[in-house]
Amino acid sequence: MSVLFDGLPRRSLIALAVFFGLLLVAPWLVNAYVLSILVVVLYYAYAGQSWNIMMGFAGQLSLGHSLYVGLGAYTAAALFVRYGVNPWLGLVVAVGVTTVMGAIVGFLAFRFRIGGVYFAILTIAFAEFTRIGFDHAPLITAALADYTGISVDKFPALGGSGGLFLPVTNLSSNDLLNLRGAPIMFYYVMLAMTALALAFCRWLLASKLGYYWQAIRENEEAAAALGINVFRYKMIAVMLSAAMTAFAGVFFAFYYNNLFPEQIFSMNRSIELILGPIIGGLGTLFGPILGAFVLSPLADGITEVLQWAGVEIPGVKQVFYGVCLLLVVVFLPNGIWPVLAKRFKLGREQ
Amino acid sequence: MALLEVRGIGKSFRGLRALHDVSFDVPAGAIHAMIGPNGAGKTTCFNVMAGVYKPDAGSIHFDGKPIAGLRPDQICRAGIGRTFQVVKPFPGLSVLDNVMVGALNATDSVRQARIEALRVLELLHLADKARHVASSLTLPERKRIEVARAMATRPKLLLLDEVMAGLRPTEVDEMVAVFRRVNQETGTTILLIEHVMRAVMALAQHIVVLHYGEKICEGAPVDVVRDPAVLECYLGEEAV
Repeated sequence: MSVLFDGLPRRSLIALAVFFGLLLVAPWLVNAYVLSILVVVLYYAYAGQSWNIMMGFAGQLSLGHSLYVGLGAYTAAALFVRYGVNPWLGLVVAVGVTTVMGAIVGFLAFRFRIGGVYFAILTIAFAEFTRIGFDHAPLITAALADYTGISVDKFPALGGSGGLFLPVTNLSSNDLLNLRGAPIMFYYVMLAMTALALAFCRWLLASKLGYYWQAIRENEEAAAALGINVFRYKMIAVMLSAAMTAFAGVFFAFYYNNLFPEQIFSMNRSIELILGPIIGGLGTLFGPILGAFVLSPLADGITEVLQWAGVEIPGVKQVFYGVCLLLVVVFLPNGIWPVLAKRFKLGREQ
Repeated sequence: MALLEVRGIGKSFRGLRALHDVSFDVPAGAIHAMIGPNGAGKTTCFNVMAGVYKPDAGSIHFDGKPIAGLRPDQICRAGIGRTFQVVKPFPGLSVLDNVMVGALNATDSVRQARIEALRVLELLHLADKARHVASSLTLPERKRIEVARAMATRPKLLLLDEVMAGLRPTEVDEMVAVFRRVNQETGTTILLIEHVMRAVMALAQHIVVLHYGEKICEGAPVDVVRDPAVLECYLGEEAV
């Protein structure tokens, strides 16, 4: 435990306790609409933290994290729909699938020394062709069935571009074991995962692994000269990030009950996922959470206000995201969190 | 058998011969220097030894084991620490964290690494800057971070690439004292590339001179600085 709170000034501990305490009681304080926004916020806080491990800690820019969200979602959903596999078991499989996918992307890039922008493009490419593959899933399974002689219905049904749907159940009974229930259950699941992810990230950053990642992020050549196997530690970063992102996908599938390749694997999703950490503070522990809490409510708020004013502008959310990013890049290049931490002396004392 | 045995190494870049048939030994516990005019191949020689380049020819044995062609991280773990002539600090990390990354080469415990890093920082008179971000330090200070990081990896052999450049004479003397102390207390073998002859003469027991990628002379400092070939290509008459 001590490593989690070491060096944190008292006021940060209090702030942290108040923050999570408020989130714990929030469902009793807000209406269903606000709760639904909070679920989305926590979703992005969690996913942003997963992405932050790769980019913020180890300096490897992934612009295709929707790949892992989508694969996680589809794996657990397909197993549930087709074979009735429990979502938590499905999560284990999903983590396996995304970790292997991360390993493939990482190996191709790092083995052949594809770095920087080119690595980012590679991650987009993987997300894109996976999207196209899932769009044509029925064709692919049909072809596979034809080729192998195995009957089509033995293959998992992925739904293709028409979507994959989970049976919607009675929202009044909460079944945590099968992840079927009311938004409030999903809220607490995501809150727990966000808190766990925060603790895990803190532990990572304070470990040898965290130091090595930061060294690689800051200067690969110097890192190697200090005995760091750069390839190995970059692989660990990608695989761990992918593994954690799988949960975001599983959550998405069981919360929304429908999956469309066009949506879940889309470039937009990848970008939305990384805006939180960037605006909150890249590589910081609290940045991704702060970013999610700033962005999603504001974006929804703007849409609300405009609707209330009788104006409906399609794409206003995207424009808003763009403006936010621009403002942060220009005025707070390190994100919001470092400034807040400094202003209110919330940062860790070494 | 010497700790480091370099035998006939050669390295060319697209036909430009940077190193040709260079051989020398560094015995355990010694302090040796490598000198020569700019472009003589000194840094290339370091980079070949540190695994940045694979030599085209020749062999390098460290502690009796062949190391030519190993990756930089493998060579560091084998016991060779190096600094970069053009400093490569981890700019966004604190000075302490910079050195801790090096110290983690010798231990898995972050706490141990912190203790070791603070000790090395003390030794290099950087302790009061430990919490500063590395990018905020002056160039001579960043050179000392390079040294501290390399030393924190607990190397048997320390390769120092022009760490005295830009220092004032009193600072040079301080660094000389530090390296002497490290050499005597821990038995760390040191090979340094240096243009500051004040430091070379004070530290080195033996000097290798490179010129146009070839070794033109080696021997005790007093003999090397009188060697006509060395005077002609590098030191000039006034050095005598």
